[in-house]
Amino acid sequence: MRNSSSILQVRNLLKTFGAVVAAKDINVDISQGEIVGIIGANGAGKTCFVNMVTGYLAPTEGSIKFEGAELVGLGTRKITHAGISRSFQVSQVFHSMTVSENLMIALAIANNRGADALGLMDTPDLRSKLDEVLKRYKLEPQKDATVSALAQGVRKLLDIAMAVVSKPRILLLDEPTSGISVEEKFDFMDIVMGALKEDGVTVLFVEHDMEIVERYVSRVLAFYQGEIIADMPPKDALADKKVQEFVIGKEHHKKKK
Amino acid sequence: MEAALTILLDGLQFSSYLFIVSAGLTIIFGVMKILNVAHGSFYAWGAYTAAFFIGKFSDMGLPDALGFLIIVAAAIVVGVILGFIIEQGILKHMYERDEVLIVLATFGLFLVLEDIILIAFGTDPYFAYQPMALLDSVELGGITRDVYGMTLIGVAAVVAVGCWWLLNKTKWGTLLKAVIFDREMGISMGINVPLVYTLTFIGGAILGGLGGAYIAPTISVAPGLGTEVIVLSFAVVVVGGMGSIAGAAIGSLIIGILRAIAVHELPQVELFVVFAVMAIVLVFRPEGLFAPAKPRKI
Amino acid sequence: MFNDRTAKFLLLAALVICVGGAFAPNWIVNQFMFGFSRALAILGLMVLWRTGLVSFGHAFYFGLGAYAVAILDSKLGVSDVFLRLLAGAVVAGVAGFLIGFIMRNYRDIFFAMLNTAISMVLFGIVVKTESLGSTDGFAISASTIFGLAPETKYPLFVIITLVGLTAALAVNFYLKTTFGKLTTAIRDNEIRVEYLGFSVAHAIHLKYTISTILAGGAGALMAMSLGQVDPESMINWTVSGELVFVTILSGPGNVIAPFIGSLVFEVLRTYAFELAPQAWQLIMGATFLTIIFFLPGGIWSLIEKLGGKKNEK
Repeated sequence: MRNSSSILQVRNLLKTFGAVVAAKDINVDISQGEIVGIIGANGAGKTCFVNMVTGYLAPTEGSIKFEGAELVGLGTRKITHAGISRSFQVSQVFHSMTVSENLMIALAIANNRGADALGLMDTPDLRSKLDEVLKRYKLEPQKDATVSALAQGVRKLLDIAMAVVSKPRILLLDEPTSGISVEEKFDFMDIVMGALKEDGVTVLFVEHDMEIVERYVSRVLAFYQGEIIADMPPKDALADKKVQEFVIGKEHHKKKK
Repeated sequence: MEAALTILLDGLQFSSYLFIVSAGLTIIFGVMKILNVAHGSFYAWGAYTAAFFIGKFSDMGLPDALGFLIIVAAAIVVGVILGFIIEQGILKHMYERDEVLIVLATFGLFLVLEDIILIAFGTDPYFAYQPMALLDSVELGGITRDVYGMTLIGVAAVVAVGCWWLLNKTKWGTLLKAVIFDREMGISMGINVPLVYTLTFIGGAILGGLGGAYIAPTISVAPGLGTEVIVLSFAVVVVGGMGSIAGAAIGSLIIGILRAIAVHELPQVELFVVFAVMAIVLVFRPEGLFAPAKPRKI
Repeated sequence: MFNDRTAKFLLLAALVICVGGAFAPNWIVNQFMFGFSRALAILGLMVLWRTGLVSFGHAFYFGLGAYAVAILDSKLGVSDVFLRLLAGAVVAGVAGFLIGFIMRNYRDIFFAMLNTAISMVLFGIVVKTESLGSTDGFAISASTIFGLAPETKYPLFVIITLVGLTAALAVNFYLKTTFGKLTTAIRDNEIRVEYLGFSVAHAIHLKYTISTILAGGAGALMAMSLGQVDPESMINWTVSGELVFVTILSGPGNVIAPFIGSLVFEVLRTYAFELAPQAWQLIMGATFLTIIFFLPGGIWSLIEKLGGKKNEK
């Protein structure tokens, strides 16, 4: 597990809220280019983990190193600059603006650092980057639609696309398919994972749907009551007794046909 | 010694009417999350209505003691009529909108109501000194004080106790506290929130009107009354914590006594000191000293 | 900077107004001077409003600008119009920059109230200080331009118009930069802006400072136009309320809007006072409510609907 090509090293992470232990003994190494699925029942600590890695929450103890540099204490902004981005369970987008405007803002923030932010935003360079993103994420048809009028699925695509324009090396997706109908889930993930593969991004995503997990990931982290109870390839994880008892429960057995 | 007593009593009197007005403002904010700029108008309308009728009754030769009845009646009439019209006519249609926009709407209402006073009552000041004259004055610790001014302190105490009792000892109070804490939970628990809103607003308006009506005999009721009191009320409510009656009481005391000290010792800072305290509280403890606990939403 | 429709319109309008002002009667020239002075402050408040922030205390900066001119005049005998304007803008801007460190962490009602508190502190000080004129205020000597004392108000009028033009063009450009585009983004979703990698606190601090510089400049110009300063019409919270009113009346859609809204406000006020002095606040309040309910985008949204001008964000 201790791998010299690991780009994310989490050691002895602990998070408590008073008497509540949200995360404990989290030790994990993620290698460059891995696609990792994070599973677990609600409240098991998955989103807490994502919040800590991306700087939204500070761990009570422990360290998170990204390519050797310590992330704990940096805050969301600096961690984004370092190269780690995330998408949100409930899409966090700019609802009064169009899809294109949302992406332009994301692109501008990623590209116009420091004094550049006082220069014109709408440049040909940014426009061509915009066109590229729209194409990659199949958002062209809705590019001039105002976000508040869009369907949930499109909003989540936009949410993810916005997280990716800063060319992160690690991307954490928080329940990317939640709110998307069962029929559309695979198409959705095909678009997302296809686009991400092109850039060689390391992806960790939180997911409840085990079929999605099986199809797209090479490794599974199973959470239960704040701890990681399994860290193995998907087939092994789904067969693991603890995972079956504490994560999947009886539903998966019903689903398997 | 006499100076200290004067300051104390002045401060308490000032705190008293501030408290009566601010209690209304803070309860409206606590329940409805609206910072009601028009509250200054309730105060002004209460003062004008009371002053007008006290004068009229006096002209008609009726006993001066009726003045006290008029004061209470004025507060209730102003609170019920204006409160009802405003809440049902304007505010009810805005509850979904941005809270700052609602404040701006109440500012618009304030402007309208201020001018209606001018149109209805004219620009000359009213002097309705009769109730004050009736109670005469008394010697206390070497100084002479109007009894009327001291009854103001009593009224504030009654209001304070009344609010406390309402909130903590009645079913209504529990309902109010539920809605203050979490409006949506209140709805899902079957509380008739629209009715709670209307009654709260009217109740708050009555308190605003009472503050004005009771103070009327001690001042010259003239245009611009509402403008000064509303911003002082904001200071009280900010210092004490928006939505907390205990906070309004403490805030009124702090501001009232501070102002009394300033008036007597250092008049130049009379206004400045109140708002300096408001600014300091906002910087170091924005929720105020006694803000009701807010539930954490993920 | 000059190649969009808004900029072109501004340049043309400024030209027409300057030329027209030479032939217009005094009362029209006055309306424009007061209106355009105020419009500068509205421009700044508009930027804040687009960011989702409403200040109920910008009379603080407006008043600082006005009183800076008055004090420079009475204590140092400074009468040059450009020095006066600079003084107003700089004094207010420095104050705004310093206060901005605290203010940038506040939102919604707390942002509004903290600004109110600060403005009333200044009001309280000025009203009780004899040497600052207390409630009466004091008069300001006529402004000179490069040492020359003009016979009429026309030169001052032209300067105010040109200052307005410059400010409008500058803000128009600002709104097209990354910093400027962040106004609506911050209003819509602050957390996302932080997560994308931009400091919301820095952005708000910059916008706040810009708004205070503009408000200070506005106060200075207003003081020069009126020839006097007094706390009741320049620092009291009701003045802050008026500024907010004109901001909402104008609408946030374009930098031209504050100028139109301010002119409408001036005209409305002048006529209301002539016809029914008791009804000015009533009209203002009723208009405010009407805009909030039926025309939340202000006058500008009406102009857009009538198809005359395209909205340039």
